[in-house]
Amino acid sequence: MTSEVLPGTKANPAKRQKRPLALLLMSFRTFIALIVVFVFFSVTTPNFLDVPTLVIVAKHVAVNAILAIGMTFVILTAGIDLSVGSIVGVSGMIAGALLTRGIPVNIFDITIFPNVVETILITLAVGAGIGLVNGLLITRLNVAPFIATLGTLYIARGAALLISDGATFSNLVGDPRFDNTGFPFLGSGALAGIPVSIVALAIFAAVAAYVAARTPFGRHVYAVGGNERAAALSGVRVNLVKVCAYMISGFCAAFAGLVIASELVAAHPASGETFELNAIAAAVLGGTSLSGGRGTIAGTLVGAFVIGVLSDGLVMLGVSSFWQMVIKGLVIIAAVVLDQMQRRMYRRFALQAQLG
Amino acid sequence: MTAAARLEDEVILKAEGVGKVFPGTVALQEVDFEVRRGAVNVLVGENGAGKSTLMKILAGAVEPSAGRLLLRGKPVRFQSVRDAARHGIGIIYQELNLCPNLSVAENLSLVDPPTRFGFDIDRSRQIENARALLARLEHPIDPNQLVDDLRIGQQQIVEIAKALAADMDVLIMDEPTSALSAAEVEILFRVVRDLKAHGVAIIYISHRLEEIMRIGDYITVLRDGRRQADALVKDVSVEWIIEKMVGPSGLAPQGQGKRSGRQVLAVRNLSLPRAAGGFFVDHVSLSVEAGEIVCLYGLLGAGRSELFECLMGLQLQALGEVAVRGRNLAGASIASRISQGLVLVPEDRQRDGLVQTLSVRANLTLASLRRFARFFSLNTAREDAEARAMIQRMTIKVSSPEIEVTALSGGNQQKVVIGKSLMTGPSVILLDEPTRGVDVGAKAEIFRVMRRLADEGLGIVFSTSDLKEALGYADRILVMSRGQITGEFSRAEATEAALIEASTAALANEERQAP
Repeated sequence: MTSEVLPGTKANPAKRQKRPLALLLMSFRTFIALIVVFVFFSVTTPNFLDVPTLVIVAKHVAVNAILAIGMTFVILTAGIDLSVGSIVGVSGMIAGALLTRGIPVNIFDITIFPNVVETILITLAVGAGIGLVNGLLITRLNVAPFIATLGTLYIARGAALLISDGATFSNLVGDPRFDNTGFPFLGSGALAGIPVSIVALAIFAAVAAYVAARTPFGRHVYAVGGNERAAALSGVRVNLVKVCAYMISGFCAAFAGLVIASELVAAHPASGETFELNAIAAAVLGGTSLSGGRGTIAGTLVGAFVIGVLSDGLVMLGVSSFWQMVIKGLVIIAAVVLDQMQRRMYRRFALQAQLG
Repeated sequence: MTAAARLEDEVILKAEGVGKVFPGTVALQEVDFEVRRGAVNVLVGENGAGKSTLMKILAGAVEPSAGRLLLRGKPVRFQSVRDAARHGIGIIYQELNLCPNLSVAENLSLVDPPTRFGFDIDRSRQIENARALLARLEHPIDPNQLVDDLRIGQQQIVEIAKALAADMDVLIMDEPTSALSAAEVEILFRVVRDLKAHGVAIIYISHRLEEIMRIGDYITVLRDGRRQADALVKDVSVEWIIEKMVGPSGLAPQGQGKRSGRQVLAVRNLSLPRAAGGFFVDHVSLSVEAGEIVCLYGLLGAGRSELFECLMGLQLQALGEVAVRGRNLAGASIASRISQGLVLVPEDRQRDGLVQTLSVRANLTLASLRRFARFFSLNTAREDAEARAMIQRMTIKVSSPEIEVTALSGGNQQKVVIGKSLMTGPSVILLDEPTRGVDVGAKAEIFRVMRRLADEGLGIVFSTSDLKEALGYADRILVMSRGQITGEFSRAEATEAALIEASTAALANEERQAP
């Protein structure tokens, strides 16, 4: 996706036409890459275009893309959130614990079993709460985002293991006696024939794109990442904006954790390991700048699809998982190199336009 | 100037037809500049005239887009500052380029520290070298001290020592005296004369014309990126320099506003203590009326920016009272100060004024987004319309509000920052050095806009270190020196001499008190 088409910069048609074709192609490079990998696998892999295959790919992408959408808000503020993978793990475990063990209330010697909706809401609140902790560490205690979220990465993963002493919560179907059945719907149910997780992705993407492009909060996120001092002097409450970005990221991660636990009908404490890196990769691939202020939700979405299609396609082609990693690494580096090239081209073009 | 005088000193470095284009501006056009050995070659010009760019080209920090450099008659191209240094060209930047986390001695031999057997750093030799250099500058600073612990003036001395350490043939000094006290300036001048006697060519850039008359040999005047004139310093007068710098299209003084008598800004006993003792802002009291333009005149480091930062709530340690339209702003956040009607146009628009990644429209509306919000959503049509209206009102030259703000020239960027402040509907607008890095035409326009805003009933405070701006555009002038207000003049009372005297009053006091 383009990195210079920002919410603040609608493409000017008159200007666009004068741009060299190369620059135009560069602007849509991730989208072109998506088409290329898609066509490549359609040709080389026999069943790739079958609907069931596409649905599986899309379901894989959904988890990653939801994480990457939250991550995009954080990266837009020039931050980073390394804790999302652990939040995926801990939120699955919390949901698992609530469904199988409930909340023991010792004084009355009873156990409260929240229903599935309550379970989901509690889990999402915990995810956003971890994001709140990240945000407060970064803004109030002045810890660098990398370090603060590295810390919560370990803490949340440790907590996930502590909840069950490292064991897996299996068979999360609930119990009709406790009125907490129905959890698997999130991961394997369907709405109007479309899997719930894909519907959820569509909703997350639409809301996030709207928030980023069309709300004061979204604009503030871009301003904080573009120039924090200027934003502060313009009256933007920089700390509040940052805290909200981390809370959004934590919320998205908790939701992704629920989807995974629901798909597997089990919660495993190691679930979501290294997912933070996939989320960062999707955002960067989609043209989000790690120095903040540049990027779009649509770009991130395309980035997540490129990574998802690529990895599932390679599996179907029978490429070894070792080579898959090498290829994924190359794609990410190529994306950033192209991004830099495009920015240089754009600058040179702007200079020429001014001289000519 | 006489032909004989030109031949006396050998030209060591020469720029021929040098030009430089940046996105949004043409900084230099067809400039010729000759640097002579054993002489002080002065380069003057207003802010934005292209001095810094020319100097950076000579020092290898910037590559020219046109023209060439000749060193000892041979064409050269510098890849980097380091490359230029290898050719014997050194530079002392106006902004200090020292590593505050390292000691004086380490800073002085940062690039090429003395080593034992070409392996590890010879610390004792490093300290000895530093001591020798500082002795030459008559400044017994302890070489083991951390640069962070030095006063700004001392840091400037270290910066100069750093350039001396490299033994250059050509030494560029960009406003070397801006942070120095009078006594330190004298020492610097002795060093400059000493270097001259050793055949070093010095390129000297300064705004202080009295200094130039004392130390300069040759003078070149830049205006709007072109070479305007050059001459021998002994042949010219201060008036001649000013005339060449400003030119006929220069700033014409404007009429005065009417005083309304309605106080919009009241400041009482505002202080900002310095960690090392003393004050950045020293018990300042002032008031501004609606419809009035007040100038805060003072030299670099007088505390003007700090005063503005205190007013805006950026300095949390500030003491004293600030009230806008009678409402006390004690403890208020920046956002609430803005909604109370106080707004700041910061000095450094790249660092504090603009969000470079956003469009002109998004920058203009950033401080007033709430006005365009319905519940959670932005009314982008209204936002666009109001941004366009502001572009017209501020006469910002841009083809579309959607263009990235970095594509604009300095003057137009400044208008975007001012426009952003105006969109908040302020009653007091503070402008810190509003004409810095802005060309003459845009300068005049910025002052026209300021007068129009004052006529519309705003209270305006702007700071400057330019006498002409202070005398030509303000209804009232407050002079600041060492954090204190040392003089207050109406337009009629103010003279250059009076302002200069007041602006150095606190400095003179301090020197009298010093042993």
